[in-house]
Amino acid sequence: MTKTMTGAKIVVQALIDQGVEVVFGYPGGAVLPIYDEIFQQNKIQHVLVRHEQGAVHAAEGYARSTGKPGVALVTSGPGATNAVTGLTDALMDSIPIIVLTGQVPTFMIGSDAFQEADTVGITRPCTKHNWLVKETDKLAGTLHEAFHIATAGRPGPVLIDIPKDVQFATGQYTEKSKRTSHYNPQMKGDIDTITELARAMETAKRPVFYTGGGVINSGPAASQLLRELVEATGFPITSTLMGLGCYPASGDKWLGMLGMHGTYEANMTMHDCDLMINIGARFDDRITGRVDAFSPKSKKAHIDIDASSINKVIRVDMPILGDVAHVLEDLLKVWKANGRKTNTEGLAKWWKQIDEWRAIDCLGYEQTGTIIRPQHAISRLEALTKGYDRYITTEVGQHQMWAAQYMGFEDPNRWMTSGGLGTMGYGTPASIGVQMAHRDALVINVAGEASWLMNMQEMGTAMQYRLPVKQFILNNERLGMVRQWQELLHGERYSSSWSEALPDFVKLAEAFGAKGIKVDDAADLDDAIQEMIDYDGPVILDCLVEKHENCFPMIPSGKGHNEMLLRNAKTQGAITATGAVMV
Amino acid sequence: MSALKIKKGSSSHSAYDLRSHFSDVIERHTLAVIVENEPGVLARVIGLFSGRGYNIESLTVAEIDHTGHRSRITVVTSGTPQVIVQIKAQLGRIIPVHEVHDLTVEGPSVERELALLKVRGKGDARVEALRLADIFRASVVDSTLESFVFEITGTPEKIDAFAELMRPLGLQEVARTGVAALARGGDSIV
Repeated sequence: MTKTMTGAKIVVQALIDQGVEVVFGYPGGAVLPIYDEIFQQNKIQHVLVRHEQGAVHAAEGYARSTGKPGVALVTSGPGATNAVTGLTDALMDSIPIIVLTGQVPTFMIGSDAFQEADTVGITRPCTKHNWLVKETDKLAGTLHEAFHIATAGRPGPVLIDIPKDVQFATGQYTEKSKRTSHYNPQMKGDIDTITELARAMETAKRPVFYTGGGVINSGPAASQLLRELVEATGFPITSTLMGLGCYPASGDKWLGMLGMHGTYEANMTMHDCDLMINIGARFDDRITGRVDAFSPKSKKAHIDIDASSINKVIRVDMPILGDVAHVLEDLLKVWKANGRKTNTEGLAKWWKQIDEWRAIDCLGYEQTGTIIRPQHAISRLEALTKGYDRYITTEVGQHQMWAAQYMGFEDPNRWMTSGGLGTMGYGTPASIGVQMAHRDALVINVAGEASWLMNMQEMGTAMQYRLPVKQFILNNERLGMVRQWQELLHGERYSSSWSEALPDFVKLAEAFGAKGIKVDDAADLDDAIQEMIDYDGPVILDCLVEKHENCFPMIPSGKGHNEMLLRNAKTQGAITATGAVMV
Repeated sequence: MSALKIKKGSSSHSAYDLRSHFSDVIERHTLAVIVENEPGVLARVIGLFSGRGYNIESLTVAEIDHTGHRSRITVVTSGTPQVIVQIKAQLGRIIPVHEVHDLTVEGPSVERELALLKVRGKGDARVEALRLADIFRASVVDSTLESFVFEITGTPEKIDAFAELMRPLGLQEVARTGVAALARGGDSIV
């Protein structure tokens, strides 16, 4: 059945048919017809952000906490260019979002019209796919296809650029079910390779599961199957920053996060293992450290839905192209059918070794005196919020790593952080997106004061929509991670890495109409956190912490997993000349 | 998505070669990429090569099926075996890319390029140019009393050799189409 309607109405109808409930956006000349349609319906709620970057990060937060695609709507020109950071962020972290941009009318394209930009050209490298729709009749089909492409296979951001005359003109609306796409990524893995992996699991003396965001993206079933597999085999498991929550942090097989600021036990386990089972991770440089020193003695299996991830950085012996949940289901089936065997003797020795590494207590710290250690602040936040229906977002830097190290995630979709792109300013809008999806949950953005200032305008959005997001700012008056690298690498010359002229965060909160709390004494920390939790509305908690704390453990650039710096390490000269060129 | 049929040790020389994908040897591969003929598709392919730092030695594109909206991009690239596998996988990720075929690996293939060369000269040089053109089976498509435009078809190497010979005889200008390639035998990829 087809219906005739205006392009603007087609857009809104397609969003409704796709089950969209919330759109994050900012109006402007080139999207006014769509905003007019949004005004005349009540199935989709529009959330007015304060900056287009915020709209895209909010859509990301919404998507990551629900598993459903997020939607953002912005105008042409600057609206679209402001969305670029969010699109790139979503591409790097494989987050399904649909961004709709207005465009100048088709007859003005190419004339350098007011607020014209080559949006599809600019966003081609930072989207999974994008479209400029020049005919109203093609709008509905393109929108439905966009949702399919954003969510199928390895998820990612898509963008649809819609000229204003296409929004005004009338055309045919086609329904979702009428669509066929040639884009249908392979879900099932190759059974021969899966069987080979199951065999390898039977004999491995020192196995490890190395899991990533692909487990989360594959859906709750993947996390469930992973838990079953870990419990059944008794193998240790670690995860990337992106995969936290796919296996519960309280589980006894959990080693903590791996990588540059991962735990000693996780990185040593990776280095010394004889069978590495990569499930939905991509051998990112934050994980591998020096590639030629990466886990030299292991056979490696890699389960990934994206063919280009396999053998890109690290050569693997057992490549399995497919969806994590599908592959894990088959893997479990094959392994069980073959008699649920593991090398119990080898495993017992392996766990004994791992327990020795654990005994190093690489995350240990001492909280003495009144000055709050950032690790302590995060630990207390963890302890006091653990029982809640809790979602955590972060900004980027030291606080992000401390949150990953000292907070425990029991379930997927509870942890939203900018991993691949490392976007400062991600956390505040992401927390708004999360809270829109989970109105009664406790949503906390763990932030540093510098990152937080990058998108602080979104506090206005939080106030307008009564979103009680908690902004937990570890304030060291420094760009902490930059400062740490300057200490390690640039002879302690702290070039532009301190935050001078910081605002009074309590007054800033009050200026927005939110609650502001400041704490600078360790004795008052718990009360301050509890006050933040209990307040029914947005809060900015300005937590003044030790200014010169470094984030450890750390694998210095250009070093292998077994060359970690632990706390109290001698940091001078830790990074060699070859490591220094890496980021 | 045919991109990741990772064949162990596939190489230009033998299907049974078991060299590591991580060898340092630079190989030249000819890829046939069948794409949806839609705006921006060529920009996506070229952007992939420039954005990820891959080489393009030759690139040809034209619509091959008007009703089916299909274009064929023939791209000659070079890199280590690992990079070649990456290029194919990355091409396979582009949504409007329907198929990626590595003609260098998938069996024997024929490659041809067409070139137009303008040669200006008088007397013996002019006669010599015409004589060489005859040897290379190049045809004259335009002529004045002082110049010829030759049309030549062949492998890129043959065109290189012809152009080199024409240089001392008054070569003025060259236009080349880039490589078009097809697998030998009766099977087709589209």
